[in-house]
Amino acid sequence: MLNKVSLLTFLISLSFSLVVFSGENQSSEDKGFNPTPHILHHIADSYEWHLWGKVSIPLPVILYTEGHLDVFMSSKFHHGESKVTKDDRVYKIDHHHIVEENNKQVMNLSITKNVASMILSVLLLFFILIKTSRSYTHKKVAPKGLQAFLEPLILFVRDDIIKSNIGPKHEKYTMFLLTVFFFILINNLLGLTPGAANVTGNISVTFVLSLFTFIIITISANKGYWKHLVKPPGTPLPLLPIMIPIEIFGVFTKPFALMIRLFANITAGHIIIFSLISLIFVASNNGANAIAGWSVAPISVLFVLFIFLIEILVAFLQAYIFTLLSAVFIGLAVKEESH
Amino acid sequence: MISFDPGLIIWTTIIFTLLLVVLKKFAWKPILHAVDERNQLIKESLQEAEKARTEMSELTANNEKIMTQARADRDVLLKEARDMKNEIIAQAKEQANNEAEKLVSSAREQISNEKMKALTELKNQVADLSIEMAEKVLAAELKDAEKQKELVSKALRDNN
Repeated sequence: MLNKVSLLTFLISLSFSLVVFSGENQSSEDKGFNPTPHILHHIADSYEWHLWGKVSIPLPVILYTEGHLDVFMSSKFHHGESKVTKDDRVYKIDHHHIVEENNKQVMNLSITKNVASMILSVLLLFFILIKTSRSYTHKKVAPKGLQAFLEPLILFVRDDIIKSNIGPKHEKYTMFLLTVFFFILINNLLGLTPGAANVTGNISVTFVLSLFTFIIITISANKGYWKHLVKPPGTPLPLLPIMIPIEIFGVFTKPFALMIRLFANITAGHIIIFSLISLIFVASNNGANAIAGWSVAPISVLFVLFIFLIEILVAFLQAYIFTLLSAVFIGLAVKEESH
Repeated sequence: MISFDPGLIIWTTIIFTLLLVVLKKFAWKPILHAVDERNQLIKESLQEAEKARTEMSELTANNEKIMTQARADRDVLLKEARDMKNEIIAQAKEQANNEAEKLVSSAREQISNEKMKALTELKNQVADLSIEMAEKVLAAELKDAEKQKELVSKALRDNN
């Protein structure tokens, strides 16, 4: 697992560093506006919640360094300009990451922007869903308000995604899949609000979600599922040396695809919106050519609006797809053999 | 920059597990339970309504049957009553006719009896009167001899 993670990290950071480098090269040639750092800053996690200009909300930094727990607010870094000293440990921000000056091993458990946003979204979900469940105590009344909006959604997820894909044994997985659906949905939607974090566009978050699916598939898989791996039915004998590795590889590609799909879709949406906004500043050459900037602005705003509406659709779609595919994979693992 | 962040992975796991546990207990179970219960209730209510409707239609059919039966019974009764009435009337008429006939015939008999009586009396009186008158006429006629003679001769002539 660890190897897989590091390989993935390598591949992704490679592709992104290509983007970063191409942007940096361009900016060094002509000193125009370079949107890349702004975009990457937006989609990345950070130790403070940046609102606008120089205004940001400081968040708690929690570090565990060689047996010492250091807790302080991120404002002590002064936006990465100063170092924080705790006894013999000196922390500084290097390329958006906290490191210890004397190369001590740091376990970083900070409440970052993504963690804070996630906590906010979870509290919001608690509020909305528990409020909805309360409204069921008045029995024999037709659903209304929040309940009338959420009930069809909940029932759609349960009946059309979970029940129809997992079959009679769906009860055990309903709670997990419903939670995943609403967790992804609310974080997708919150991610679209200005100044919000990019939670579901963060690979660590989607990794955890797909890991949950992977663990559930592996734990609940029946005999037939494992038999399929070592002896795929209907395969001619000479093909087995090829098929068995493919089948075993497939066990990992399923959750891997879940992780990448959600991360890439949400991140891509954010990048597109930011790129379209950046077009204004690129055209105006960072304020040097105001007329060009103003003339590009209406087109850019129209496109942003269009993409934004698509992103709202994508927010629902990706929550649906993640839940649907998780249900399909669990269904494949628990279904009774019919042949 | 897009790399796996162990801190974020740990926090996500903790937060998501917490979310799962809390929502399972306080949201999904009560909501799904209530919804299933309500669906069951709706199903049962529909079945009950269907049953009531069937019963109702059965009842209506029964009523219809009873009504038809009652109507038929009434028709039979009416017919019987009408027949009886006709019979009674016919009987009464016949009786009355008979009675009337009897009365008339007895009246006629009486009348004829009375008539006969009256005729007899009249005959007797006429006979008496005639005798009286004949006495008187004879007495008057026989006062004269001539006339007696003539009369005898005439009577003889007439007899021949």
